[in-house]
Amino acid sequence: MSTTLQNLVNQPYQHGFVSDIESDVAPKGLSEDTIRLISAKKNEPEWLLELRLKAYQQWLKMEEPQWPNVHYPKIDFQAISYYSAPKPKKTLASMDEVDPELLRTFEKLGVPMNERAKLAGVAVDVIFDSVSVATTYKAKLAEVGIIFCSISEAVRDHPDLVRKYLGSVVPVGDNYYAALNSAVFTDGSFCFIPKGVKCPMDLSTYFRINTENSGQFERTLIIAEEGASVSYLEGCTAPKFDTNQLHAAVVELVALDNADIKYSTVQNWYAGDENGLGGIYNFVTKRGLCKGVNSRISWTQVETGSAITWKYPSCVLRGDNSVGEFYSVALTNHYQQADTGTKMIHLGKNTRSTIVSKGISAGHSNNSYRGLVRIAPTAAGARNYSQCDSMLIGEQCGANTFPYIQVNNPSAKVEHEASTSKIGEDQLFYFAQRGIGAEEAVSMIINGFCKDVFQQLPMEFAVEATKLLGLKLEGSVG
Amino acid sequence: MIYQDSKTLLTVRKLHATVNGIEILKGMDLTIKSGEVHAIMGPNGSGKSTFSKVLAGHPSYEVSGGEVEFEGRNLLDLKPEERARAGVFLGFQYPIEIPGVANSQFLRLAYNTVQTERGKDELDPLEFDDFVREKMKLLEMNPDFLDRSVNEGFSGGEKKRNEILQMALLEPRLAILDETDSGLDIDALRIVAGGVNQLANKDNAIVLVTHYQRLLNYIVPDYVHVMESGRIVKTGGKELALELEARGYDWVGAEVKANARVNA
Ligand SMILES: Nc1ncnc2c1ncn2[C@@H]1O[C@H](COP(=O)(O)OP(=O)(O)OP(=O)(O)O)[C@@H](O)[C@H]1O
Ligand SMILES: [Mg+2]
Repeated sequence: MSTTLQNLVNQPYQHGFVSDIESDVAPKGLSEDTIRLISAKKNEPEWLLELRLKAYQQWLKMEEPQWPNVHYPKIDFQAISYYSAPKPKKTLASMDEVDPELLRTFEKLGVPMNERAKLAGVAVDVIFDSVSVATTYKAKLAEVGIIFCSISEAVRDHPDLVRKYLGSVVPVGDNYYAALNSAVFTDGSFCFIPKGVKCPMDLSTYFRINTENSGQFERTLIIAEEGASVSYLEGCTAPKFDTNQLHAAVVELVALDNADIKYSTVQNWYAGDENGLGGIYNFVTKRGLCKGVNSRISWTQVETGSAITWKYPSCVLRGDNSVGEFYSVALTNHYQQADTGTKMIHLGKNTRSTIVSKGISAGHSNNSYRGLVRIAPTAAGARNYSQCDSMLIGEQCGANTFPYIQVNNPSAKVEHEASTSKIGEDQLFYFAQRGIGAEEAVSMIINGFCKDVFQQLPMEFAVEATKLLGLKLEGSVG
Repeated sequence: MIYQDSKTLLTVRKLHATVNGIEILKGMDLTIKSGEVHAIMGPNGSGKSTFSKVLAGHPSYEVSGGEVEFEGRNLLDLKPEERARAGVFLGFQYPIEIPGVANSQFLRLAYNTVQTERGKDELDPLEFDDFVREKMKLLEMNPDFLDRSVNEGFSGGEKKRNEILQMALLEPRLAILDETDSGLDIDALRIVAGGVNQLANKDNAIVLVTHYQRLLNYIVPDYVHVMESGRIVKTGGKELALELEARGYDWVGAEVKANARVNA
C-alpha cells in the first residue's frame, strides 16, 4: 500500500468544536427519579411518564446485545447525564431570535440554515442538544394541516395523536437501546401529514450533540395518513470529544393506505480520531410500518460518522401491495465500526422490497452489512431484491455481509446479489496517467460506486453527501 | 520523422529500476527528439513495459539509478499526474477496468485537467460530448462506449482503441504506446495506426512498443531499438525491425556478447 492511499483516507474531522451555549444539564445517572425529573421538566402527562417507567422496568431486565460485529468497552449508564438543554429564554417565533452563537455553529458546519431554509424551501426543525429551539415554515405547513414540531410540543398540543402512535411501531421493550430511549428520550421531531396531503417541501432536521457526556435520546415520529406523502431529511454532525458519547435514537414511521414516506439521512457524527479515540456510539432503532394498502416507506442513509454504528432501518410491510426500500451508503475509516443494514418484514400480499447497500471501508475500520428478509406465510406473491456491495480501500480494513433470508411462502421471490471490490493502486495509477490526482480519482470511483443510492437522495442532499464522502476520504495527499 | 532543427524531448541516462527488490531496468539509455517515432522491440520479459511504467511514474517501481530529463525538467521529480499533465502519455498494454465510473465522465475530467494545465478553457459536458464524438469518429468508435464504465467489459481491441481515443483527446508531447497493436484485428490496426499518424507532428514524439512489423508498416519508425534484460542492446533504422521479423532475437544477443568480449 502506497503512502498516497494511506494519506488519502486520513482527513481530519472538520466539525470538531464546542460551542459555548449555556446548558441546563441534569446530574449524571439513571434511576426512576431521573425519569420522573425528565418528565416533570417537560410537564408531561401521566400516560407518558407511565410509558417511560414501563420501558425502564423492561430495560433493567434486558441485556446489551452482543451479536453485532462491533467491539467497545462496557458503557457505564450511570456516568451519563440524561438531560441537557440550551436555556431558551422563551419560545422562538422566528430565526432572528435564535441564539447567534447557535447560528454560528451551524455556519461552521456549512449549514446556513436560514439561507438554506429560504432558498431551498426546506423547513428546519433544529434540534440543538435535546431541545428544539427554532422551527421555521411552520405556518406555511399548518395551512395544509401538516404538523411539524418537536415531539415535546406535540405531546403538549396533540397528545391524542402522539399517544395513539408513539411506541406502536417500536414497542417500548423492543430492544435494549429502544427501551432505554423510551425511558429517557428528551426530544425529537414529530410530523403528521393529514389525509390526502402531499407535503409541499422537504422537511428537515439537523441534529447536533453539544454537551460532553450527555446521552442523546431523540425520538422521532412521522405519520402519513391515507394518500399523504412526505420527504423527510435528517442530517447530523457533532463536535470533537475524547470521551465516547452514546446516542440511542428511535424513529417510528407510520404509513396508512396509499401513503408515502421517504426518510433520508446523512450522518457525520464525530468518528473518533485516527487512533480510534473518542467518537459517537450510534445505536439507533428506526422502523417504518406500512400499515395501509399500497403504502410505501423508503429509507435512504449515508452513514459516514460515529465510532460505532448499530442501525437497521426497517420496514414492516403489513398492507397488501405495500413497498419497502432501503438504500444505504456506509463509510468507515480509521478504527470506525459499522454494523448496519435493514429488515424487511413481508406480511401483506404482493408486498415488495428493495435493498441496496454500499459499504466502503478504509483504514483499520470494519464495516458489516446485516440484513433480514422475512416473508411471512401470509405474504403471497411477495418479492425482494437485495444488492450488497463492499469496497475496500487499503489492506487493513474489513467488510462482511450477513444476509438472513426466511421465506415462509412458496409464491415469494427473493433475490440476493453481493460483490466486493477494491480500489487498487493500478486503478489510481491509470487515473494519474491521465492527469487525475488520487483524491479526485477516489472520489470519482466512490461516487460511481454509490450512484444507485445517491440518486435516491433529494438534490441538495445528494450534493452534500458527495462532498461528505470526499471529505472523509480525501486529504493531505503527499 | 527526423527534423533538422528539432528539440530534445526526452533523455534517459543509465536508468536502473527495481520492483520488489528485483532489478528490472539495468542501465537504459535513450534520447528522443520531437517529431521522431521510435519503436522498442525485444523478447518477452525484457523490460519494455517496465520502462514505460517507470517513465510514467508507476509507484510499484523504484528508480535505483540514472536520470530522466523531459523537456529540460527532471521527470523523476514529478508525480505521475504531473508527468501526465506535462505531456507524457502511456497507452497501457493492459488497460484497467474502472467499474462505476462512466467513460465520458472520466475522459472529460482527464481532458479538462490537462487543458487547465495548458492554460486553456475547460469544456462543459455538452461541449465535450460534441468534441469527443468527433474524435471517436476518427477511430470509428461507437459512441455507446461513452456511457459505459471505463474499460469495463470492453474487448481487448476495444480497450486499445479507448487508449488511443485518450491520446487523441490529451494530445501528449510524448506518447508511449505499449503493445497497442496486440489484440487489434486487421481493420482496427489500420484505423488505430491512422489515428496515431494523424496525431504525430513535429512537436511531439511517439514510442511504439511492439513485437510485430505489421504495426510498423503503418507507423514508420525513425529508430528501432532492441531491449534485452533491462537495457537497449541495439539500435537501427526501420530495416532493423524487418531483420528481427526474419531472424528473431537470438542473433542480437550473440552480437552483444561478441561485442562485450571485444570490449573486455
Ligand atoms: N511487479 C512485479 N513483480 C515481479 N516481477 C515483475 C513485476 N513487474 C515486472 N516484473 C518482471 O520484470 C520483467 C520485465 O517485465 P515487463 O513487463 O517489463 O516485460 P516486457 O518486455 O514488457 O514483456 P512483454 O513483451 O511480455 O510485454 C519480467 O521478468 C517480469 O516478470
Ligand atoms: Mg510488456
